[in-house]
Amino acid sequence: MQSKSLIASLSLAAIASFTTPAHAQVEIQWWHAMSGPLGEWVNDLVKGYNDSQKDYKVVATYKGTYPETLTAGIAAFRAGNQPDILQVFEVGTATMMASKGAIVPVGKVMKDSGLKFDPSGYVSAVAGYYTAPNGQMLSMPFNSSTTIFYYNKDAFKAAGLDPEKAPKTWAEVALAAAKLKASGHACPFTTSWISWTQLESFSAWHNVEFATKGNGMGGNDARLTFNGPLQVRHIQDLENMAKQGLFVYKGRENKADTTFPSGECAMLTGSAGLLGNVKKNAKFNYGVAPLPYYEDVAGAPQNTVIGGASLWVMSGKPADHYKGVASFFNYLSSPEVQSESHKRTGYLPITTAAFKLTEQSGFYKQNPGADVAVNQMIRKTTDKSRGIRLGNFLQIRTIIDEELEQVWAGKATAKQALDKAVARGNEQLEKFQAANKS
Amino acid sequence: MAAEKRVVFRSPWLPLALLAPQAAVIGVFFFWPAAQTVMQSFQQQDAFGTSTSWVGVENFVHLFQDRSYIESFKTTAIFSVSVAVFGIAISLLLAYFADRAIRGALVYKTLLIWPYAVAPAVAGVLWLFMFAPSIGVVAYALRKSGIDWNHLLNGDQAMLLIIMAAIWKQISYNFLFFLAGLSSIPKSLIEAAAIDGAKPWRRFWTIVFPLLSPTTFFLLVINIVYAFFDTFGIVDAATEGGPGKDTAILVYKVYYDGFKALDLGGSAAQSVIIMSIVVVLTVLQFKFVEKKVNY
Repeated sequence: MQSKSLIASLSLAAIASFTTPAHAQVEIQWWHAMSGPLGEWVNDLVKGYNDSQKDYKVVATYKGTYPETLTAGIAAFRAGNQPDILQVFEVGTATMMASKGAIVPVGKVMKDSGLKFDPSGYVSAVAGYYTAPNGQMLSMPFNSSTTIFYYNKDAFKAAGLDPEKAPKTWAEVALAAAKLKASGHACPFTTSWISWTQLESFSAWHNVEFATKGNGMGGNDARLTFNGPLQVRHIQDLENMAKQGLFVYKGRENKADTTFPSGECAMLTGSAGLLGNVKKNAKFNYGVAPLPYYEDVAGAPQNTVIGGASLWVMSGKPADHYKGVASFFNYLSSPEVQSESHKRTGYLPITTAAFKLTEQSGFYKQNPGADVAVNQMIRKTTDKSRGIRLGNFLQIRTIIDEELEQVWAGKATAKQALDKAVARGNEQLEKFQAANKS
Repeated sequence: MAAEKRVVFRSPWLPLALLAPQAAVIGVFFFWPAAQTVMQSFQQQDAFGTSTSWVGVENFVHLFQDRSYIESFKTTAIFSVSVAVFGIAISLLLAYFADRAIRGALVYKTLLIWPYAVAPAVAGVLWLFMFAPSIGVVAYALRKSGIDWNHLLNGDQAMLLIIMAAIWKQISYNFLFFLAGLSSIPKSLIEAAAIDGAKPWRRFWTIVFPLLSPTTFFLLVINIVYAFFDTFGIVDAATEGGPGKDTAILVYKVYYDGFKALDLGGSAAQSVIIMSIVVVLTVLQFKFVEKKVNY
């Protein structure tokens, strides 16, 4: 008898729980490419937002690597069931910008929602990258990183180097590498994202053009110029280091990333977003420093260029979805959430308010090096250093990988490789220009 | 005449209706996508497909102006021939011994069939781990024995790596067919030859191999198709086409241009070219190789 009434009351409760909300929650689909600790971070952000209000429910779905996520978004758009929000890496930015019918500019989404939105509150080197020439913000900066220098303090000590003094210039890197090798280190220096660190950021850092038209920020008719004397000199220096076993090539994209926290390589240039991984997995004392430079170059160091990804709003969704997206973006860019994300992942704070909040909290004092990336980015930029935004950029980066591999293998000189990469890359730019005549 | 009994369909619709399910499956999963590919190869589209324009043969012209594309024909030829020839030879050897094995034959057979369940990309990663220059077990052993293994910068080693991975992945399939082929050869034939004094090697070449020729021919066609179309996952996981373009076989470029670079027109044009190559190769094989096959 008792059990019967229990079942009855339980089923009543079940019915009640299905019917009580006065209006249904609007579900916002977000496809992203963050795995491992970064995936946990995304899930925590979504949980934080969903708990903070009742009208919308953001559902985050992991769709694979950056290129896979972009491809998934495109396939879904073609089939008419695209997500509301798609995370796209910086290399895909020009593609997204050119696909006018597929996206809704973030500036418009925020304006239509009536929420307070001030684009000038964003760090200009970050937001500027995602802003159209007419000043409208096209996508929401999300996980922005830049290139920094990591080194193994214990290995430095063992090699008789001062562990508290990171090499500032490339000459010092070569010297440190020689000492590390002499002390028995098999991989003194390596790099991830070779195009991004050794050519793109390298050029901006020395205030030298990577491509014409303000590195492509000014239009689709840009052409590559990274075969200038300074870049050739740098690749030549790296080639010499490679010959002596001081620079060890570890593969394309971020394949080299694991070699630093594992202790295999003593120095690495890579994304600031790697810091969280290093913090968690490195079993040695490490240091973080700005990218090395050539001290005889006037204007160096300037600033480094952005990497990472931003959030694009897809078109063709009902109006209440866009309100939800705006409210979610508003939550994401609040100084508290931003500052928390910055501390947790090593990605850049995207608003100046978030940076100030982090500074006030004393985080940079307790974590020396955590502000390296920020300081490289929060600077007055020039036309040559603002950012690099090119069509078919993915192909151009692969071409650079392919041609530079010829240098490390001793089959081509630095000059030959860069000339060829520029020529082949320009074909890609011409193709993109032809396909996207507006 | 009267003795011959022939079944004749009275209505012309019945045979068509019986064929329909199969035809529908082939139509939807093969002819339709293939036709779409041919159509797309004459188009240029932005990534999201919001604007499409007809460009004639421009996609093809672009391809043949690209010297690295022409070079990848050579890379593909080396890769495909190696995968097909060595893949078939090794599986035949394994099947021959597994067929002769008396004890534990089932264990051998099961273990040899296993790799077939592995996805190409996973096969690529497995081999990559063994041969990774800094952490790989095999790379370590090679270095100990004086061979400096670094497929990141040595193109020949990179090619060897993807060939090995591709063969390993396909051995199970070949093995199964050879095993079935071997078990259908009457033991009496071999025993008769043995009584006549033929040694195992001679018995293999004069009896077993000719009787297996239909299987071998079938596998040759299948393996060539496999090497041409089904191996991009291995290349992507193991070498990404590098170093330089040393392992960028044709189908890898189709995958890269279509799925990473989002150039559907260019990717479709390449698919059409590969399709034509495989069609021509298959026709040639039927015309010349099949003559040597005894059914």
